[in-house]
Amino acid sequence: MLSYTVRRLFSAIFVILGVLTLVFFSMHLAPGDPIDMLLPPGVGGRASGELIEQLRARHGLDQPLHTQYLRYVGNALQFDLGQSIRTDRPVTAEVLRLYPATIELTLAALLVAALVGVPLGVLAAVHKNSLIDNLTTTVALLGVSLPHFLLGLLLMLVFALELGWLPPSGRGEPFTLDGLRHLIMPAATLGVATSAIVARLVRSTMLDVLKEDFVRSARAKGLAPRLVVIRHALRNALLPIVTVLGLEFGVLLSGAVIAESIFAWPGLGRYLILAINGKDFPAVQGAVVFIAGMFVLVNLAVDLLYAALDPRVQYN
Amino acid sequence: MRSLSKLLRNRLTIPALLIVALLLVAAIFAPQLATHEPNRQNFLAIMQPPNAQHWLGTDELGRDIYSRVLYGARISVTVGILAVLLGGLTGILVGLVAGFYGRTLDAVLMRVIDVLLAFPGILLAILLAAVLGAGLVPVIIAVAAYSVPSFARIMRSSVLSVRAQEYVEAARACGAGDLRLIVRHVFLNSFGPVLVYATLLMGSAILTAAALSFLGVGISPPTPEWGAMISTARNYMRQAPHIIYGPGAAIFLTVLAFNILGDALRDVFDPKS
Repeated sequence: MLSYTVRRLFSAIFVILGVLTLVFFSMHLAPGDPIDMLLPPGVGGRASGELIEQLRARHGLDQPLHTQYLRYVGNALQFDLGQSIRTDRPVTAEVLRLYPATIELTLAALLVAALVGVPLGVLAAVHKNSLIDNLTTTVALLGVSLPHFLLGLLLMLVFALELGWLPPSGRGEPFTLDGLRHLIMPAATLGVATSAIVARLVRSTMLDVLKEDFVRSARAKGLAPRLVVIRHALRNALLPIVTVLGLEFGVLLSGAVIAESIFAWPGLGRYLILAINGKDFPAVQGAVVFIAGMFVLVNLAVDLLYAALDPRVQYN
Repeated sequence: MRSLSKLLRNRLTIPALLIVALLLVAAIFAPQLATHEPNRQNFLAIMQPPNAQHWLGTDELGRDIYSRVLYGARISVTVGILAVLLGGLTGILVGLVAGFYGRTLDAVLMRVIDVLLAFPGILLAILLAAVLGAGLVPVIIAVAAYSVPSFARIMRSSVLSVRAQEYVEAARACGAGDLRLIVRHVFLNSFGPVLVYATLLMGSAILTAAALSFLGVGISPPTPEWGAMISTARNYMRQAPHIIYGPGAAIFLTVLAFNILGDALRDVFDPKS
């Protein structure tokens, strides 16, 4: 287990280095001079040569590419993601200020996915090939195919603009009623597609488990069907379900970009889009690296947890 | 033939094929089917609800939504096909080379793929679209890039399992060269999973392209792109919610159809089912 953990840690570090490299070179090998990206929008043609040289020196763009690269990676590994052009504040500070909102939204979406997906999947498996199963499968298919941004706007149209039940945008104080009211629509927008994925997985896993001998034994000894399903079958199907929920957390983290920009949720995703529209490239780099880094770490944690929980997992 | 009848046995296959056919017809014959010029503004007819003259109503500039949705199909189909082709060919090539030649080359290529996989779905597309700028080509490249890792992985695992089969060894013993082995034996035998993934990807490629435009980093107005149309429409949602319905339904049905086809194809090619 220890050598497996160490190996996975090393591979995660390697992947994060790769992410930094890819982000750096995609920014530097893109068409156009990176200095144009550093100039505030609208200044492009009017900037004097002196100003451009100053900026070049300040951001180290006068150095050879490999020097720039090493400095960038070195700084990033010390959590220095550069200076935002739009706000002139350190990107790391901004990212750290905003990420709790994104985590809150992602966790809430995961909760929606689990609360909707698991019961639906169990119902479909228990009543295989029945009306309930068909209905669940159809709803799951519709859920996977409905784009986040469309669902978000439709929810906003109905529950905020027409009915006025929920606030259309922004974030409230966490763990208060106001916070919850702000959270419902973004979390539902983000979580529905995942709940469809979870429902499908729960259904197929439960179908496998329900065929097992121990389930038949539990039935044979006269246990109530509901207890057989919940206590025996679902508990044994839980491991793959928890794993997928863990992996989906990472996916939701990046999917939050859309939900955040629809509902003006002040998180990393919205920051990223604002940075792109403001041509604030240090901020874009920083946000992308941070989100991808979290994604890698969450996946690493899920892998290690899975290996620790299931003794059958091969460490090689 | 047996695969085809198995495919058609799925009750949803035919409706899904019909939707895809409609999408293609809309894309190819948009100029003939459109009732109005897609970008012609008419300030005497702004935000009209659906009526006899404008079947899906008009938008905030008085443009005919039905005609714009038809032209939008062109863009979506183009992005979908080209992105899947570009991502697919690149991924397949990487997977074939990595799986067939193994050792160091495999290790290096797979680490690169690991890095690409570390970018969750849309994030890589957003990054590339932001770097490359707005427009059709950047969107195609951005969407293709995120599909490369999955294609490469599918192809590589197929290659690894096929390579160990006896008939490949037999072919090699008969004097077949690398290229012939790869194309004739390895590639053709790995075709099923690749086709399934490509079909599923068509839907998600169209969806990602629309999402990029919705976020303002893809194809920008006034081009009649579905995501961009919805993005503009959200500013007028209270007065004229109908502006969203046309492009929204178009995206939803397209993605749904490709998801159904992908699932049906998977059932056909997956020996377990």
